[in-house]
Amino acid sequence: MTTMLEAYAAVTGEDVIRHLQQLAEPLKGKSVVHVNSTRIGGGVAEILEKLVPLARELGLDTRWEVITGDSEFYQCTKSFHNSIQGDRIAIPETLLNHFLEVNEQNANHLRNVLEKADFVFIHDPQPVALLKYCSKRKGKWIWRCHIDASHPYRGTWRFLDRYIRDYDASIFSLSQFVQLLPHPVYIIPPSIDPLSDKNVDLPQDELEAVRARFGLDPEAPLITQISRFDRFKDPIGVIKAYKLAKQYIPNLQLVLAGGTATDDPEGEVVFNEVAAAAGDDPNIKLLQLPPDAHRTINALQRLSDIVLQKSTKEGFGLTVTEALWKGKPVIGGDTGGIRLQVINFHTGFLVNTPEGAALRIRYLINQKQKMQEMGVKSKEFVRENFLLTRQLREHLTLMVSLQHGAVDRIELS
Amino acid sequence: MNTIQNKQDPKAQSFALKDCALIAISTHRRAKTLKEFRDHISSLDPDSLYYHFWANLLLPHFEEREYINDFAGWARHGLADTKLAEQLAVLDPTSFDDMEELRYHLLEYIDDRLEESEYLQWARASKQFEFTRSQIVVFDTHTRISDPHDMADLIPRMSASSIFYHFIDARRRAPDNMDDFSRWLTFFGESHQHLIGQLKCIDPYFSNLVEIRQQVAAAFQHHFAEQVS
Repeated sequence: MTTMLEAYAAVTGEDVIRHLQQLAEPLKGKSVVHVNSTRIGGGVAEILEKLVPLARELGLDTRWEVITGDSEFYQCTKSFHNSIQGDRIAIPETLLNHFLEVNEQNANHLRNVLEKADFVFIHDPQPVALLKYCSKRKGKWIWRCHIDASHPYRGTWRFLDRYIRDYDASIFSLSQFVQLLPHPVYIIPPSIDPLSDKNVDLPQDELEAVRARFGLDPEAPLITQISRFDRFKDPIGVIKAYKLAKQYIPNLQLVLAGGTATDDPEGEVVFNEVAAAAGDDPNIKLLQLPPDAHRTINALQRLSDIVLQKSTKEGFGLTVTEALWKGKPVIGGDTGGIRLQVINFHTGFLVNTPEGAALRIRYLINQKQKMQEMGVKSKEFVRENFLLTRQLREHLTLMVSLQHGAVDRIELS
Repeated sequence: MNTIQNKQDPKAQSFALKDCALIAISTHRRAKTLKEFRDHISSLDPDSLYYHFWANLLLPHFEEREYINDFAGWARHGLADTKLAEQLAVLDPTSFDDMEELRYHLLEYIDDRLEESEYLQWARASKQFEFTRSQIVVFDTHTRISDPHDMADLIPRMSASSIFYHFIDARRRAPDNMDDFSRWLTFFGESHQHLIGQLKCIDPYFSNLVEIRQQVAAAFQHHFAEQVS
């Protein structure tokens, strides 16, 4: 076993790694390409950062390609993102045409790699039209949707559907997100990497250094939301919840920390709105962290008493998984994948309003024993179900499945 | 191939240790009312019935298994109909000859409730039921065991999915609803009947696969410890 596989075996158990090795056996030497739109920042990049080398360790010839685009392209794809999640945005024809031009340019650059690959995983809408420009493709193409597509704006979906339907398969994170497509649609929840800087155990002195750096009081309770400054994450709702809870917990502290991603042009605008809502309260810390501040985010989650993810729309909500892995109860918006992870009174609470979030903050801060019980349970749930090794297993299964067609039972010799 | 030599009965077949991986696939079928649910059940692919009774043991879930199949869980938490939830929860697929018989009993309970309750004929569930099916990939680990004593040592090291394949999925593959371990033990005559009885007592519905593995391993270890003493 290689060092990397040994390291995962230490967290997941050796049986999990042996299982991956055996499942990967019939796929050894196959070429696999993952394509997305950013190498740093956001959940997709974080998953690929480890999924790709781990697949290589198992003998698959796996690589990760990133498409490039200009601000107009990202303006268009951000509109895709928002309208897939339900916003009624009519994207101008000129932007849609530009989107296709950028995909064609990227296809020209990547064509050789993509057309030769046995399996191509295209992540999210940004590179979805690459397939149109790779007419001599040899392998199976899979479109991976990381977004909550349960109620997309129909205009946007109709446009994207023209490209998605030509794929050999799609993957959605939850069955609730699935759209009707003329090919197999697999359900694969995403995962977190327990060995990444974002999730690895940290020494106490590193935690204390982060606490001191941001002026956090070790004696006062701390609630934190980690996510991009994005309206769907409802950061202003979090501030409202904090202010309501603060009436009962006067020394309450709030950290709102957002990473930045190169494919999100709206972040700065939303950050300014959030800063205005926070006002001059010294107990609210608004942090714009660089995309590689993984250990800082890790430390902030570990220093928190409660983690919030008060989204109004959410794909899966990996920040919830990360918090649960660190044994923190989560107060999450009653939406998307958060519903799968946050179970009332077991791993945290689902809420629909700032008032609801404030109520649960007050409850948990006053029920320390309950918080501890939730923490222990949460970590085991994540260990069993939401670590990277499980997602890789399902990718391998999917690839074997696509090689064998639609039968329900595949017996490998 | 890893082979553990037969020490007791040269005529007995060796146990071929297999493993599996399962993946969930959308059926694009959804139900928001009990009537829609009933209509889907009546024409649902047997693989989907299998998925909602068994396969979810091998797939991620956070919730406690309050009810032992997804249909009963939805009746309780989606439709808020405790009576139907209890009735559906009692259905054990291993007690039927095939999936069609299971489907018949599911429909019986649902039709009875639709007749009993006017409310359920139009009530919309708080969350829709998503019908899913699964594809299972089975592979040979190339480990062979000839002696049941050695099985006792091997089980704690088996993957959770091997346990799923041999202890749960086996019941669907075999007409007698027997798990693979018990079937294999029958090749050794009467000497392991007690162990077969112990394995039959393990209820797989309320445990996760790691817990089932512990229970199966404990049954083997206890049986052979007793034989020695």
